[in-house]
Amino acid sequence: MSGAKKLGLKQRYAHMTRGLDWETTYQPMDKVFPYDRFEGIKIKDWSAWEDPFRLTMDTYWKFQAEKERKLYAVLDSFAQNNGQTGVSDGRYINVLKLFLTGISPEEYQAHRGFAFAGRHLRGVGPRVAAQMQSLDELRHVQTQIHTISHYNKYFDGLSEFRHMHDRVWYLSVPKSFFDDARTAGPFEFMIAIGFAFEYLLTNLLFVPFMSGAAYNGDMSTVTFGFSAQSDESRHMTLGIEVIKFLLEQHPDNLPIVQKWVDKWFWRGHRVLGLVAMMMDYMLPKKVMSWKEAWEIYFTEAGGSLFTDLARYGLKVPKYADVATAEAEHISHQNWAIFYQYTHAAGFHTWMPDAEHLDWLSAKYPDTFDKYYRPRWELWAKLEKEGKRFYNNALPQLCQCCQIPMGYTEPGDPTTIAFRSSTYKDQKYHFCSDGCKDIFDNEPDKFVQAWLPVHQIFQGNCGGATVPDVLAWYRMNVGADNMDYVGSPDEALWNEWHAEKLRKAV
Amino acid sequence: MTVTAIVPDYADRIETADAPEKFHGNAVIYVHWEEHLSFCSALAFPLPLAMPFGALVSEVITPYYAAHPDAANIVWDKVVWDIDGGKKAPDFSASLEANGLGHKSLVRFWTPGLNGWAGSAS
Amino acid sequence: MAQVASITLMLNDDARPIIESILADNTGVRVLNMTGAVKLDRDESIVINRASVEERLGRPWDPQEIHLVLISMAGNLDEDDDQFTLSWRH
Repeated sequence: MSGAKKLGLKQRYAHMTRGLDWETTYQPMDKVFPYDRFEGIKIKDWSAWEDPFRLTMDTYWKFQAEKERKLYAVLDSFAQNNGQTGVSDGRYINVLKLFLTGISPEEYQAHRGFAFAGRHLRGVGPRVAAQMQSLDELRHVQTQIHTISHYNKYFDGLSEFRHMHDRVWYLSVPKSFFDDARTAGPFEFMIAIGFAFEYLLTNLLFVPFMSGAAYNGDMSTVTFGFSAQSDESRHMTLGIEVIKFLLEQHPDNLPIVQKWVDKWFWRGHRVLGLVAMMMDYMLPKKVMSWKEAWEIYFTEAGGSLFTDLARYGLKVPKYADVATAEAEHISHQNWAIFYQYTHAAGFHTWMPDAEHLDWLSAKYPDTFDKYYRPRWELWAKLEKEGKRFYNNALPQLCQCCQIPMGYTEPGDPTTIAFRSSTYKDQKYHFCSDGCKDIFDNEPDKFVQAWLPVHQIFQGNCGGATVPDVLAWYRMNVGADNMDYVGSPDEALWNEWHAEKLRKAV
Repeated sequence: MTVTAIVPDYADRIETADAPEKFHGNAVIYVHWEEHLSFCSALAFPLPLAMPFGALVSEVITPYYAAHPDAANIVWDKVVWDIDGGKKAPDFSASLEANGLGHKSLVRFWTPGLNGWAGSAS
Repeated sequence: MAQVASITLMLNDDARPIIESILADNTGVRVLNMTGAVKLDRDESIVINRASVEERLGRPWDPQEIHLVLISMAGNLDEDDDQFTLSWRH
């Protein structure tokens, strides 16, 4: 260190982020910042905001540029070396299809949401942090599209990701999650995405999944994944700082914050069921089971966190125990949904082979053999007899999470959980107590939900038949959908491998 | 007001997405065969409420559940019915409406002796 | 149950000196190896010392460089020019 003249990190950060704001004079502050009061959150002192990562804008640009250089070097190398031929199996690409159609567009929504929060929170500390996060999220969607565009040269199901995201039935699940957050006020958005999603749940999405990409030979995806995740640590600290700041500012904030934590934990848990299925069924080489990931990243990490937050009076999210119990079931129940609706899915499905079944039995010793193995065995038998099992009707959807109502009663994996509410003489159905509570707290919001099945019945999705709807989705029938076995993807993969073997002899 | 909104008249601006009049004269009816989770969830159908309950069974339930090996063995007069949370013995010749069904009603049924593939509820 | 402080780093050349300094400076740290990443857990707290990383790296190191290899973390962060600490203490 060069001596007393050099400012320490804390001082440098204070100089770079404080005093950037001013009290407006020719318009009242409440008119300039119209959005940060109506949610009922009370802020006494915005300057009490502490950003634990004291990252100044110049340092931010420096590090982000370095990360981008590293990422694009890997992407170039991957493309130049035909890295797509070296992944573990052609089935692996389906993970990328689900990611690009379901997750990447949400990175863009996060970008817009944080830009909004960065404009509309009147404290300068959180505004700087929200603006950095907004830029990060834009970087994420761009790098994801760029990385996966290489696979689009060879594989089906990727090219119409943006169009599909706003239309396809299962993509309404993540879409409605972000629509809900983005139509809330800036504080609820910060708790929804900053805290519940980024802090509590994002590790479950990125860490085991991206490690899985590496394990399956996809060096391009693991690189964008970890590059994005290095921003995620900053997002996590922002998320937790939001919680602490709101709870320290005023005791009246606690019940509001608790309600948001409960709501967004449950909504996040439901969305992450798609990741559970990717981990347990779609990665050809498995890193860990969903249940193991849940234990590490929710039970252990969340336990430490909520012990810490107890001093503010904040409790573990409602139904966290139900979510933990569901970690035994959710990946199997979701894969069952996609297997029987494979004709309407933008990625391929398959039945697990014998080795995969045994892995599932080992990872889920209390439940898999009893409840799910028989289902897979029945379907494998029907496949063999030339009677591959399809569900030819449309499923009942949950009014809140929009997932087919395929989840079972807590403690009874043989019975579907049905919940319902009546609001203004109309019935609404839910998959769980968690989803029902969310509706009951804000029915006027959720009666507006765009439920894909009902929209098809109303005639808003291209027509009344399945081919009409698939055309409206821009799903290339026979290539994008149906089983992996027999798909053009499989034919291409087999051709690459036959070539490798020919060259080897 | 059930939504904390920045505008005072939020409740007046909303449109109920699935109001009954939007379904071209049909009602959405959900059907679920208990203990047969090969069908991942209840099934949804847009149906006229004037349809006889018997037609729901023969023209909708029977074909859409036919892919399950248990389907051929269902004895319809042994089936236990639940309509919107109440056990009921429906009148097959009466309409859905006369049997108490309305928009977004849920019909669950149990088939005694048929408990899914190898008794696993699958 | 003890509160667990945790840090997940990429497994690459940039991160190796940091990982080694964590292992040297934090007794009882638990290591979970994943492909491409390593998760380091310890009850209550984990510290990364600038001096310790520099000793292994052989050049000056700014603790903020950790952003280039950081994947995830748990615990309250305290960061200055000489160290980077995650802990559940107040």
